[in-house]
Amino acid sequence: MTTKSVAVVAELATEVKVSVRNLDMIFQTDGKSVSVLERISLDIREGEFVCLLGPSGCGKSTLLNILAGFLRPTSGEVTIQGEPVRGPDPRRIFVFQERGVFPWLTVEGNIGFGLFKLPKEERAARVAYYIKMVGLEGFEQAYPSELSGGMKQRLEVARALAVNPDVLFLDEPFGALDSITRLLMRGELLRIWETERKTILFVTHDIEESVQLADRVVVMSARPATIRRVVDIDIPHPRDLSSRRYIELRDGIFEEIGLAHKV
Amino acid sequence: MLIPGPWAVAKGIVELAQRGLLLKYVVASLFRVTWGYLLAVITSIPLGLLLGWHMRGEKALNPLIQVFRPISPLAWIPISILWFGVGDMAAVFLIYLASFLPLLVTAMNAVHHLDRIHVNAGMNFGLSQRQLVLRVIYPAVMPQLLVGLRIALGVAWLVVVAAEMIAVNSGLGFLIMDSRNAGNRYDLVIAGMVLIGATGLVLDSGMRRLENLKSLRWGYVRA
Repeated sequence: MTTKSVAVVAELATEVKVSVRNLDMIFQTDGKSVSVLERISLDIREGEFVCLLGPSGCGKSTLLNILAGFLRPTSGEVTIQGEPVRGPDPRRIFVFQERGVFPWLTVEGNIGFGLFKLPKEERAARVAYYIKMVGLEGFEQAYPSELSGGMKQRLEVARALAVNPDVLFLDEPFGALDSITRLLMRGELLRIWETERKTILFVTHDIEESVQLADRVVVMSARPATIRRVVDIDIPHPRDLSSRRYIELRDGIFEEIGLAHKV
Repeated sequence: MLIPGPWAVAKGIVELAQRGLLLKYVVASLFRVTWGYLLAVITSIPLGLLLGWHMRGEKALNPLIQVFRPISPLAWIPISILWFGVGDMAAVFLIYLASFLPLLVTAMNAVHHLDRIHVNAGMNFGLSQRQLVLRVIYPAVMPQLLVGLRIALGVAWLVVVAAEMIAVNSGLGFLIMDSRNAGNRYDLVIAGMVLIGATGLVLDSGMRRLENLKSLRWGYVRA
């Protein structure tokens, strides 16, 4: 018990990376206004892995797009390291579902895409390093259409990591993968996160996924999305998915969302 | 009245080759097509991409485009002669007109089908406007553009014959009219038609080759 509380204190001591204050988002469609996000306030610490969990269409992707600078909120403010977000920035990379890779570029071309400012040799070295990291050796000259879904997803993660961002935004990145590949990819992502220590914001509608991955799960309501609860997942990695604590936390979230855990 | 058989036509083609006209006429027609078509590509594609990107510009210009579209390029023959006189320029102008609108419409549509995710990804990596156009928008619309480029090249080749029938004294279109006027040489008329078809086929298969480039092929195989 004591060791755990020490760890929590140590985490609290690290600085706040992303700060969201009183965020509202209202979309105008066909003359009607639809409120998508309401009063969202959230702090994310440096190096933290946070999952935004909510039902489909609740607005969690909208929140992620605002954090990444692709959308402007109706009101409220997002600051990253104290700087207000004014647009997309290579220090913070957004990973779409596998659809985000550029189909006209090879694996090498994709990973090197954001490295145009580096001299040639350095770029090649960086590309080779990340190809190895995500296990795409032998596919350097392959085009995305020749890769499987899981490989495309790893490619996109590699492209993001190659520019050495501080923050990664992942929007249901494994949603289109089969369940086995999805499980493998979660392991890969955790391995990468543990070695590279990026701040990660991960949007998902999968409760199990969020409890497996995150330090904290932000549970959101249906539209307009508000934050219902923030759940600390105090289980060290690698997580035992049949442990009591895991099941307890998972079922707690099931209940919070109002789902009886039965089929 | 029957038309000459294949043998007579083949002999006609040989005769044209012997008189040094075969290559000369094909090259003359290709020359006009190349210029008219290239000028249309250079002007219509950037304009089309720009209009497609800024929806408002497209909305404003669309009625005008739709009015011009059904007018056959051949209807412009008198005006092209008025402006450019009888000669290569008039023919080039007709080909330009014929290719311009199909290419413009293709480019506008290609932008509409652009995947927003690719544009966002490009912006995320800190590209300037110029880099974004060169490294994301242009390669992303290329497969669709190529289809339009192929169709427009076909149209340009169709029009070259008509243009040469009135305005010039060389080329495959000229060959057809001239062979009839100078002694009803229908073997040469048909030889001209065969050469037009064959050249068109070569041009089209050249364009089709491009569609097999791996950097473009993704646009044609939809999963």
